[in-house]
Amino acid sequence: MATLVDRLEIIGRRTVSGVAEVGLAGALLADTLFWLVVGPWRRQPVRLGAAVQQMAEVGVYALPIVTVLGLTIGVMLAIQGIYTLRNFGAESHVVVGIALSMTREFGPLITAVLVAGRSGSALAARLATMRINQEVDALRVMGIDPVRYLVAPPLLGLLVMLPALTVFTDGVGLLGAGLYVDNELGMGLVPYAQRLKDVLKVDDVLHGVGKSVIFALLIALIGVVNGAGVTGGAEGVGRVTTRSVVQAISAIVITDMLFAFAVTR
Amino acid sequence: MAEPVITVDALTTHYGAQCVLRDINLAVAEGEILVIMGGSGSGKSTLLYHLLGLLEPTEGAIRILGMDINRCSNRELEDVRRHTGVAFQGGALFSSLSVGDNIRLPLEEHTGLDRSTIDIMVRMKLEVVELAGREHLMPSQLSGGMVKRAALARAVVMDPRLLFCDEPSAGLDPVVAAGIDDLILKLREALGMSIVVVTHELESAFKIADRIVVLDQGAILASGSPAELRAHPSDKLQRLFNRQPEIPDFDADAYLHRLMGDAVP
Repeated sequence: MATLVDRLEIIGRRTVSGVAEVGLAGALLADTLFWLVVGPWRRQPVRLGAAVQQMAEVGVYALPIVTVLGLTIGVMLAIQGIYTLRNFGAESHVVVGIALSMTREFGPLITAVLVAGRSGSALAARLATMRINQEVDALRVMGIDPVRYLVAPPLLGLLVMLPALTVFTDGVGLLGAGLYVDNELGMGLVPYAQRLKDVLKVDDVLHGVGKSVIFALLIALIGVVNGAGVTGGAEGVGRVTTRSVVQAISAIVITDMLFAFAVTR
Repeated sequence: MAEPVITVDALTTHYGAQCVLRDINLAVAEGEILVIMGGSGSGKSTLLYHLLGLLEPTEGAIRILGMDINRCSNRELEDVRRHTGVAFQGGALFSSLSVGDNIRLPLEEHTGLDRSTIDIMVRMKLEVVELAGREHLMPSQLSGGMVKRAALARAVVMDPRLLFCDEPSAGLDPVVAAGIDDLILKLREALGMSIVVVTHELESAFKIADRIVVLDQGAILASGSPAELRAHPSDKLQRLFNRQPEIPDFDADAYLHRLMGDAVP
């Protein structure tokens, strides 16, 4: 049976490991920014072709599932909003709740969770497999910086595509909600759009987009740190992939709350 | 006399309390093939990783092409690495790139050559390793021997002064393994480079080496030309060569009885 000292030792070791991972994530971010800025001067630019490929994988190929989820969330918000406001006889004000909830909260959150599950896990698994197959060592001994070659393109891809996907999800969600509101309250899509225009401010959309930039950083860095820290064989790849998804989603939700606390009050 | 391309001076490495390399001293001359031999856990792979600059020694110094690789700047280390090639045990080919693109990568990263010139150089190297016409295949489509050949082609594509091979014939059938040995000799003949081979294959080591360094429990057990080692093997070296494990007071009958009980006559 583990003694108190053993348990304290485990807690201490995990704390140190956690702090080291945060430090590694910071160093990776700094390294990536270094290569983005200084790479072209040193004739070692970040591979834009690979970044574009990542953008396609993160963004374009995710459009079908993002559309489905965006529409679903929009309809769900409309259902709940109308149900709640009916108690006060204020169903017609549902558009205010839908517009603000979708753009400030659900659009960025659902998109980030989806991308964490889809692209963050893929990033962690790819890096872990490359590490186990000595491909990362091969890059280093070829004089090719692994951060420039492997980390910068997906980070760039996520930073560009997650905000873009978020705006897309916002639009699709609002459309889905509009269709339901029109059907349920007979409001009509044009008056619904007019009401959205009156209610929504650019700041509301930017609030969501700003969060999505932070989420993109979290997804990329958590994926890379987990992939780089793999130990063992195939089992290790599975472990870090799962770990990266769980950590990324947790970090997204907690950051979302902190962001809302800091900015919204 | 020309300066050795590799000088290892009093290299000692500890992992925690365990000493994995102890007072290693060696030098590799221009154009020489040095084979580092030893059984599992002898420290030969750790020594290779030190020579590649992927691990830092606890004590001692390693000079590669005149540069102290543990004390030089990152840019100086990159310069050293551009003059060295490495063929890893499993090939470490990038699974997302074709064979041709794998070999092309160092040229694209480190030279300003145009695509057609790079294509010609890639084809030439593929011919040297007898993989002509296979540039469009993916690594997953290659046999074990072809992976090793492709890895060698990538390692020498920049015409390095120094080539490292980690277990080049491990996991191959004797005929293919002999072919890889011949290829290493052919590469030295054609390109005049110094080669360091890490292996546990006796036959292969004695066939290709100008000089052999035998490691045992992290220390150099013997060193010399194949002829010298054959002529004056120490008892321990002989045991190592004959692969006779040293098991004190081993009672085979008692062991069998413990395993099989009364079934043993």
